[in-house]
Amino acid sequence: MSAVATSETYTPSGVALPGMRQFGMIAGVLGVVLAIAGFFMSGEFGVDRFFQAYLVAYTFWMGVVLGCLALLMVQHLSGGVWGIVLRRPFEAAVRTMPIMTLLFLPIVFGMHSLYEWTHAAAANDPIIQAKTPYLNTTFFYIRQGIYFAVWNLIGLLLSKWSAEHDRTGDVALLDKMSRLSGAGLVIYGLTVTFAMVDWTMSVNPHWFSTIWGMLYVGGQGLSAFAFGICVLAMLAQTAPLNRVITNHHFHDLGKLLFAFLMLWAYLSFSQFLIIWSANIPEEIPHYLDRWENTWKFLSIFIVVGHFMVPYALLLSRDLKRSVTRLRVIATWLLIARLAEYFWHVAPELHKDGMTINLLDVALPLALGGIFISLFVSNLGGRSLLPVNDPDLDKALHHHVH
Amino acid sequence: MAHTVETTNALHGVMAEYDSGQALVDAAKKTMAQGFTRVEAYSPVPIEDLNTIIHKTRTVLPKLILAGGLTGMATGFALQYWASVIEYPMNIGGRPLASWTTFIVPSYELTILFSALTAAFGMIVLNGLPRPYHPVFNVERFSMASSDKFFLVIESEDPQFGAAAAFLRETGAKGVYDVAE
Repeated sequence: MSAVATSETYTPSGVALPGMRQFGMIAGVLGVVLAIAGFFMSGEFGVDRFFQAYLVAYTFWMGVVLGCLALLMVQHLSGGVWGIVLRRPFEAAVRTMPIMTLLFLPIVFGMHSLYEWTHAAAANDPIIQAKTPYLNTTFFYIRQGIYFAVWNLIGLLLSKWSAEHDRTGDVALLDKMSRLSGAGLVIYGLTVTFAMVDWTMSVNPHWFSTIWGMLYVGGQGLSAFAFGICVLAMLAQTAPLNRVITNHHFHDLGKLLFAFLMLWAYLSFSQFLIIWSANIPEEIPHYLDRWENTWKFLSIFIVVGHFMVPYALLLSRDLKRSVTRLRVIATWLLIARLAEYFWHVAPELHKDGMTINLLDVALPLALGGIFISLFVSNLGGRSLLPVNDPDLDKALHHHVH
Repeated sequence: MAHTVETTNALHGVMAEYDSGQALVDAAKKTMAQGFTRVEAYSPVPIEDLNTIIHKTRTVLPKLILAGGLTGMATGFALQYWASVIEYPMNIGGRPLASWTTFIVPSYELTILFSALTAAFGMIVLNGLPRPYHPVFNVERFSMASSDKFFLVIESEDPQFGAAAAFLRETGAKGVYDVAE
């Protein structure tokens, strides 16, 4: 079957995922319309609520993109069948980076709504004052410039070399990609740590957690696997991949999804346990603000809906081998991821209790619509499998016990 | 190959020898299609397909591991509760004696420990190990099972065992041997 495979063998004819493209467009249009409605319905708070919802939505979707970038680098280093079947979806997600970079701009304009440390009154706050060498707008802009430059560059090179490798089959390119990935993963870990301190942790400039960056690294990996499973489940339904992808592949991906869910839970619990045990006033407000009032319901949802239920379900071997059921869990986890980002940001800005606005639903839809439309158009035009990869044969005749 | 069926009761089964893994897989498929149920295969290398051909029933091991893990979790939690609430209560920074949040980590570790031990020992017990004696070694040719020959055995407990030897000869076997109990 694969002896005569060329890049045409696995190149989709026409749009790669017509259903997903349609979903992306509808979500995008609906999201924008609802966001406009939500903005005017929110009256005088419209601007603040818009930027708050935008930060959550952006952090979530950019988390999917960055997670795809990280997993793309991991699979260049580790190899493995899961990496072969997910490489092209990951690359397509990474190629949305230039537009996603532009979509960061609203956060720059919304800094006054989001970040207390940009206010003039912050000059009277000794704690924020002590942090000004890091938390000042100029340095914030410079840092964002560095993050996005680095992410775009790594994504661009990996995607370019991969396309070249499809054409030429030059093995030196594989070496180049894995070298870049080795350095890239270190850079990814550092930039994501700093970026998430900037984007979400500094929403409360008094509070700090040293595990925050890792928490997002784990969360982004989880998002990316959940997204990858959803995409692959759809790709496996039609030509050309329906001949290739079997439930053995989904079994592998289900295990990895499970592993990342545990990693995320481990990191979240580590942060909680350390703060709970130390019980010192600098740290505990983060959890008190999310437990002492109606935010408690969302906190319980995160523990039960984001961890316990998916964890118990993913224990099952049969579930991981069933494409339809695994896809439901993956979709559910994506929604839970969004809820967690909301839980990170919103309680800081609404300390008196839980409040959900139309914008909190509309903006994730709008940004998701844009991202998914870009993703689908990136996915078309290239072979859906890396045809010159030395491990391709193994990936096509894959069995797990 | 001279072959005499003595008393069926004294036999563990009949053994067929094949030259390749593919021949063994083909024979295993035919044997299962024929309705034999007590079938075992022996091969010098792992053959992935065989698992789904001759072992139709899933192992009970995962459920045992789950039970083991839950037992470990309960043990870990109970141990800490007993130590810090009943037997040796101590006021640590004003926290409640039953601070279940701190109990989670050791409970989790014991969950993993008990699961892993159940998995390892469960595997050994369900495989029937340790087993110092196995009748298949009574066949001299069987020593080749760790070299380059492949074997299929129909055990004497099979309801259709009477037809087994004749059937195996039709499957392309290089030799068919009685396996003494």
